Amino acid sequence: MSTDLDAMYQEIILDHYKNPLHKGLRDPFQAEVHHVNPTCGDEVTLRVQVADGLVSDVSYDSVGCSISQASASVMADLLIGKPVEEAMAVHESFLALMQGRGSVEPDEDVLEDGIAFAGVAKFPARVKCALLSWMAWKDATAQALEEKP
Amino acid sequence: MAATLEGLLPELEVIRKDFPILARTVAGGLPLVYLDSANTSQKPQVVIDTMVDHLERHNANVARAMHQLGAESSEAFESARDRVAAFIKAPSRDEVVFTKNASEALNLVANTLAWARGPLAVGEGDEVVITEMEHHSNIVPWQLLTERTGATLRWFGLTEDGHLDTSNIVDLITERTKVVSLTWVSNMLGTVNPVAEIARRAHEVGAIVVVDASQAVPQIPVDVVASGADVLVFTGHKVVGPTGIGVLWGRRELLEQLPPFLGGGEMIETVTMQRSTYAGIPHRFEAGTPPIVEAVGLGAAVDYLDHIGMENIHRHEQAITGYALDGLATVPGLTVLGPLQATQRGGAISFELDGVHPHDVAQVLDARGVAVRAGHHCAKPAHQRYGVQSSTRASSYLYTTPAEIDALVEALEYTRSYFKVG
Ligand SMILES: Cc1ncc(COP(=O)(O)O)c(C=O)c1O
Repeated sequence: MSTDLDAMYQEIILDHYKNPLHKGLRDPFQAEVHHVNPTCGDEVTLRVQVADGLVSDVSYDSVGCSISQASASVMADLLIGKPVEEAMAVHESFLALMQGRGSVEPDEDVLEDGIAFAGVAKFPARVKCALLSWMAWKDATAQALEEKP
Repeated sequence: MAATLEGLLPELEVIRKDFPILARTVAGGLPLVYLDSANTSQKPQVVIDTMVDHLERHNANVARAMHQLGAESSEAFESARDRVAAFIKAPSRDEVVFTKNASEALNLVANTLAWARGPLAVGEGDEVVITEMEHHSNIVPWQLLTERTGATLRWFGLTEDGHLDTSNIVDLITERTKVVSLTWVSNMLGTVNPVAEIARRAHEVGAIVVVDASQAVPQIPVDVVASGADVLVFTGHKVVGPTGIGVLWGRRELLEQLPPFLGGGEMIETVTMQRSTYAGIPHRFEAGTPPIVEAVGLGAAVDYLDHIGMENIHRHEQAITGYALDGLATVPGLTVLGPLQATQRGGAISFELDGVHPHDVAQVLDARGVAVRAGHHCAKPAHQRYGVQSSTRASSYLYTTPAEIDALVEALEYTRSYFKVG
């Protein structure tokens, strides 16, 4: 019983939850989005700044469960400073992991702390929590790129 | 101590055997502790059997098949209407309209009022009054109505301790008020509202009173006329019936003045290419093939509740709710939202646990076999009123035992240790 639970609530996740990285909205930013999980009400406001083809900053403010909060923290830490294309690839990889129902083997080189979310993929009700900030990031980045071709 | 709790249904163990799902185990072989009945109730064998029997032996469309099966099916469907009418003490069976659920019933009222002509019509300058503790199903249809007609939406606020703030009732319900729509029992705060008192004021100014009894009908003996409502709705799946069936009761004079809702088969008197005339109530509001087997199941469900007795069920709910409130009070860092006396509330108890998000609470509880709901429970404004983003909700029903409440409290303690709070 607690094995699945422990697989989901990895120490890394609980650490990020208690001490989130990059939290708090910052300037400058080219795009700001607000995403909500309508089933549970978790919310994130997220800002993206793109400069010279790099994701130069990601900042956010959010309320929600440990999974959604830790996921935002891991995501921001992972993507800040990466070339946009590479960040998009990381996004794809995380999405594939979360939608894999527990059958996708995560690539630690790509996802780093993000691999801790592999256990979440087995809980369909929580996948949306883990993806909330990632989806917001993708949306905001697309807007930032439109703004600054 | 738990075993001697006063007010419990005396045959609780026998009642539990009526609900086959309660005997199952969940992941890890743990017994199921189902505390999500305000979301949907479990179904007794008699409801399941009645529905299966209907499908196996009497299935046919209603009202339009001339053969024996058609007659049997129509008889079963209409007799379900009789049982529901008796269950809520409706003066006439024709006042009972079957819908898909409570949400559809509320939309039916709000839409037909938008289309009504004459005294019922809601238009510019008119007001609709709801409350801040409504389920989204009793907010959004009225927002749509007022947006579409140019009327104004107003609402009762809430007091700090989770009650309706009726101090401004005279300013809120005025000559301009056309409709007052409110929940009888809150699905989030558990609060039981003074429906009759509010109805009195509404009727003084000529407004219609719509009561969302989705959480009341499962727990309280209901007499629609005594309630003060002009329209009262509830949903089948919360009264041990199936999903896909809801009930709208309305006073005959009112229903007869409302225009049709959906058009189609069964709701007409005659149709020409130019125009149609409509059937009388209730059929005017039941376009198309209705949820037949669901209605039959609902008939069996209300019979089952009648058999146990709504007074007894109400007493049981109060006893369990009181026991749960006492148990939850022992959990450090736990705050209950809404009234703290069992006598002032229904069996849904929403709470916060310091340092642990409701999703995480529900997840850990689930790993212990305890099923609760986490989120905003379709009552975002009420959560916002108390500055709460979401909450965990445990809700009991006639099959809930004190031991299950003990399991909840114990699992909450475990949750605190799991997340290392306190
Ligand atoms: C107070 C209240 N109103 C309305 C509803 C809506 O019921 P349904 O979803 O069956 O239409 C519910 C249940 O979710 C409820 O608790």
